[in-house]
Amino acid sequence: MSLTDIEIAGLEKRAEAIRETIIRMLVAAGSGHTAGPLGMADIFAAFYFHILAHDPKHPEWEGRDRLVLSNGHICPALYASLAHAGYFPVEECLTLRSFGSRLQGHPERLRLPGLETTSGPLGEGLSQAAGMAYAFRMDEMSDVVRPTSNVERTTSDMGGRQRVYCLMSDGEQEEGNTWEAAMFAGKHKLHNLIAIMDRNNIQIDGMTEDVMPLESLRAKYEAFNWHVLEVNGHNMRQFVEAIDEAKAITEKPIVIIAHTIPGKGVSEIEFDYHWHGKPPTKEEGKRFLKEIRTMGGKLPHEYA
Amino acid sequence: MRNPHANLPENVFADDVERLPTRDGFGKGSIEAGRADPRVVVLCADLAESTRAEWFEKEFPARFIEMGVAEQNMAAVAAGMAAAGKVPFIASYAAFNPGRNYEQIRTTIALNEANVKVCGMHAGVSVGPDGATHQMLEDIGLMRMLPGMVVIAPGDAEEARKAVVAAAKHEGPVYLRFGRSATPVFTTEETPFEIGKALSLWESGHPKVAILSTGSLSHTALQAARSLEGGGIGSVVLHVPTVKPLDTEAVLDAARRAGSVVTVEEHQAAGGFGSAVAEFLAEHHPVPVKRLGVHDRFGQSGSPEELLAHYGLDAVSIENAVIKMSS
Repeated sequence: MSLTDIEIAGLEKRAEAIRETIIRMLVAAGSGHTAGPLGMADIFAAFYFHILAHDPKHPEWEGRDRLVLSNGHICPALYASLAHAGYFPVEECLTLRSFGSRLQGHPERLRLPGLETTSGPLGEGLSQAAGMAYAFRMDEMSDVVRPTSNVERTTSDMGGRQRVYCLMSDGEQEEGNTWEAAMFAGKHKLHNLIAIMDRNNIQIDGMTEDVMPLESLRAKYEAFNWHVLEVNGHNMRQFVEAIDEAKAITEKPIVIIAHTIPGKGVSEIEFDYHWHGKPPTKEEGKRFLKEIRTMGGKLPHEYA
Repeated sequence: MRNPHANLPENVFADDVERLPTRDGFGKGSIEAGRADPRVVVLCADLAESTRAEWFEKEFPARFIEMGVAEQNMAAVAAGMAAAGKVPFIASYAAFNPGRNYEQIRTTIALNEANVKVCGMHAGVSVGPDGATHQMLEDIGLMRMLPGMVVIAPGDAEEARKAVVAAAKHEGPVYLRFGRSATPVFTTEETPFEIGKALSLWESGHPKVAILSTGSLSHTALQAARSLEGGGIGSVVLHVPTVKPLDTEAVLDAARRAGSVVTVEEHQAAGGFGSAVAEFLAEHHPVPVKRLGVHDRFGQSGSPEELLAHYGLDAVSIENAVIKMSS
């Protein structure tokens, strides 16, 4: 199901709102990660406003798709998306990382509706997602009746199959656990598992290829019996179409390597690994928000 | 005398007492749990025969998942399966599960409150010839530190069976500890078992020492108590299969009645069962406590009997500790 230009523009608008909220929450928190969340804002918008079968009013609905965020440190993007989707008030985002907040520094499933797992320590989200996908397939094969949908599936889902999506970083490909999971999913041909790798080339200590070379990621996953797609992670149409393509693969788990720009939307921090793990100051925040609101010059300043 | 309410077998002190490894209890119990609840699945990391996971596999092939030698993945896959409604048991040697995959257990199972049952086999020095690398002596300590984690070290194969069945019914993470070598089956089907409950095995008229023991060494403690009574020293033997949550009522009662405590476990003395008992008593009813366990050393190759004697965990060592405590 291809999207109209208007629908694409709508998703881009959602991504812009998510970016704004990310900046506002990081400034309020005074700590947290900036580059990764901004880089993944487009993909999060695509998931929560188009791809996922989910129901913000009934977060525990059993028939929902699962989105597992493996690299929990980019949770500002997840929190902002959940809030904009209606899981909780957007203003609650400003409590990020503060005492008593449901928005912990790294996401905790039991504290906040809409989270599928607790994450932060790297390399274990793909295993959990594979476990979910395996369990769903067991149920399909044993005819366990899962509760029927209480929301319309808005995607071009084949047969309404419940899917598990795992968002992971490129840096966590350095974790051995990731490859144990890749081996497991490949062995069992878990085609209801779609992983998205945020290939932004940075990690805390520098560029991935300097810290610990990862390439060729495509060849590695193919060798583990995965189907590999590569997209521009900021091209909304391309990403949504890649998900549709992934759903048509029935013999392998799928990884979409999404090439993204860390810090996307704020030109002065884009590509700079120093922004992996620090938040903007108040002043920087103002400047960043202005640029995001004008969509990098796409809009005239008077609308900002 | 033996506690009649424990329903111990008649031949509990005889040479012909049945001897089975506690891991057999995992094999039997997992099948029983699997029959009772279709959500139960067993994951194993390339040790299906020696963990007895293959007993479940034969009964429920579609619910057995071979993970290969990948304990970290096994723990986190199980967390995912639990999130999707399954009740996974994950089986490997304790040295790797929770030894290798502790962080995955901490984050994806404990903090996540995932309904996963972690089964650590081949715990303690009684693994024997395999040596220190495979003789896990730190697992009770690691697991009992995790918030919300239930920790059970069954005393024999029969109790292990009951513990597995009870763990499947318990909502939340559980750690179960099993041994490799065949040890006396000192309980019967009629012996009560409940998570969080200790079991008195031996009661002397005027106890001077309470022997608190966990795991299969409780039979050794029982033998020591009988021998001590013959020598005029009364004691209580409290078998404590659930290390966490500790049956504090029973521990307190035994300490009050005897006035001193000797703890016994096949584990590091630091951080394990004896520590749990000592921590509790220090705060609530300070009495002299002697902890028998492995003292800041690793294991080594040998026969289970040689090793238990070497590390001071045989009946004679327990008797000596009690005599010293009572004088």
